[in-house]
Amino acid sequence: MTSEALIDYVKGLLGDKTKWADPEAGDNFLTVASEDWKNICQTLATDKKCSLTYLRNFTGTDYPEDDEIELTAHTFSYSEKHGLIIKTRISREAAVCDTLSKIWPAAIWYEREIFDLLGVSFNNHPDLRRILMPEDWVGHPLRKDYKQQETYRGIPTTRPA
Amino acid sequence: MTTVIRELGDEQRELVLNMGPHHPSTHGVLRFVLHTDGEVMRKAVPEIGYLHRGLEKIAESTTYPGYVPYTDRVNYLEAMFANEAFSKAIESLSDIEVPERAQYLRAIAGELNRIASHNITIGCITMDLGAITPFVHLLRERETINDLIEALCGQRVTHHYVRIGGVAYDADDNWLKQVEKFLNHFEAIIEELDNLIVYNEILVKRMADVAVITADDAVGFGLVGPNLRASGVDWDLRRDMPYGIYPKLDFDVPIGAGEKGTVGDCFDRFVVRVRELKQSCRIIRQCINNIPDGDIIGNVSRKIKPPKGEVYSCVEGARGELGVYVVSDGTEKPYRVKWRSGSFSAMSIIEHISEGLMIADLVAVIATLDVIAPETDR
Repeated sequence: MTSEALIDYVKGLLGDKTKWADPEAGDNFLTVASEDWKNICQTLATDKKCSLTYLRNFTGTDYPEDDEIELTAHTFSYSEKHGLIIKTRISREAAVCDTLSKIWPAAIWYEREIFDLLGVSFNNHPDLRRILMPEDWVGHPLRKDYKQQETYRGIPTTRPA
Repeated sequence: MTTVIRELGDEQRELVLNMGPHHPSTHGVLRFVLHTDGEVMRKAVPEIGYLHRGLEKIAESTTYPGYVPYTDRVNYLEAMFANEAFSKAIESLSDIEVPERAQYLRAIAGELNRIASHNITIGCITMDLGAITPFVHLLRERETINDLIEALCGQRVTHHYVRIGGVAYDADDNWLKQVEKFLNHFEAIIEELDNLIVYNEILVKRMADVAVITADDAVGFGLVGPNLRASGVDWDLRRDMPYGIYPKLDFDVPIGAGEKGTVGDCFDRFVVRVRELKQSCRIIRQCINNIPDGDIIGNVSRKIKPPKGEVYSCVEGARGELGVYVVSDGTEKPYRVKWRSGSFSAMSIIEHISEGLMIADLVAVIATLDVIAPETDR
């Protein structure tokens, strides 16, 4: 499907549960409520006409002024040659969301990375632990208000001036 | 973590072994925790992050043109592609036109980089399985490519050649002749490779039917590039979502056929890479024959401020789709940059496919999945 046709089809499929951005530049995307996150992803991945079976990229972005973290999933279908960007927003304090790892196994590691770098927990994730940073590291580096700890196990993390 | 024997109850025990972080076959600093029963593994759990350099965090405090040299460091074997993916993202956000000559030069430099990277991979696969000689031969060929790229842009590994809006330096006719001379020499080497190692019986036995990845698993875990194609999924970004000059070029996409065993086994992943060498040579020849005169960089201002918005841009690198997700808030610095790399997804499937493999087979799996530690850790 062309991207316009896909957008029309998904609008028909999901009805009023979707919100579309119409940005001046860059990619168009669809935002859904975090309660619907898992179900909508499941629908889009398994629906015959969408068949978005490939989770191309999954990541988060911190927006402290909105007090929210945005999760962005880039999905794609090899058979239909179309892709869709799905987003949801969760609060920064609670920062919990349902896991997508049952739908796309690739999400197991992507969610570990989001947990590690942005401090978002995923319900029912099979193996939620830090992936890039050491297990005993303090804080989540990709949060905009992150302050790096001064020492790690007695080793200074910055060079002396 | 030290080696321990874990009691599982019912007189069942398993030996938990550490492989790495420093191990000759792990291609960089990474660690596997092996749960073994004799020589057979119950599972192998990869532990990554030893080479995490915070490339995504660094982007928040760097300007757009200033970040391009950092992209060289995403993967030291395919710097051209990381440069290109990031430049392409900014070009599409800010509507920058890339001159045609620059697109040809990107394709030539990229395919040379792909050959160099595949040389290392093919050489490492054979070396990890016990044959040192092919590695030395292939490393010699890669040296010539490094020399060529050094003549083009002054750098052998971290090229910083592809810039936002075009490329950094023009190539003269003499350089193009040198590339052609190298191709004449290298195409004979590809034939030699077939005779020397590809169908070597010991190598085939070590790889055929080992660690089969089905097409569904490959797509589900997000494998890309040669790993995906080895599982029988006919997909190449250069052909199916063409960018740059690729729509004008004619080339084939080799896919896994189960030549010596099952589709998606280690041998398929190995042989797909060998076949890609020839296609890259074809692409470079076409580019050299058709390259037009003209500018090498578009109209790009010194300060780049893309409009508010976000973009996901990807290119077909040596390890498949190398993507970058860039969020712009309208300032000089990116709000968020995220790298999507082939090695990261390849690493994530290892725990899933490792059950029942021999420890020695894990070496074949890591080598044929072409996992590069800096690319997983970023």
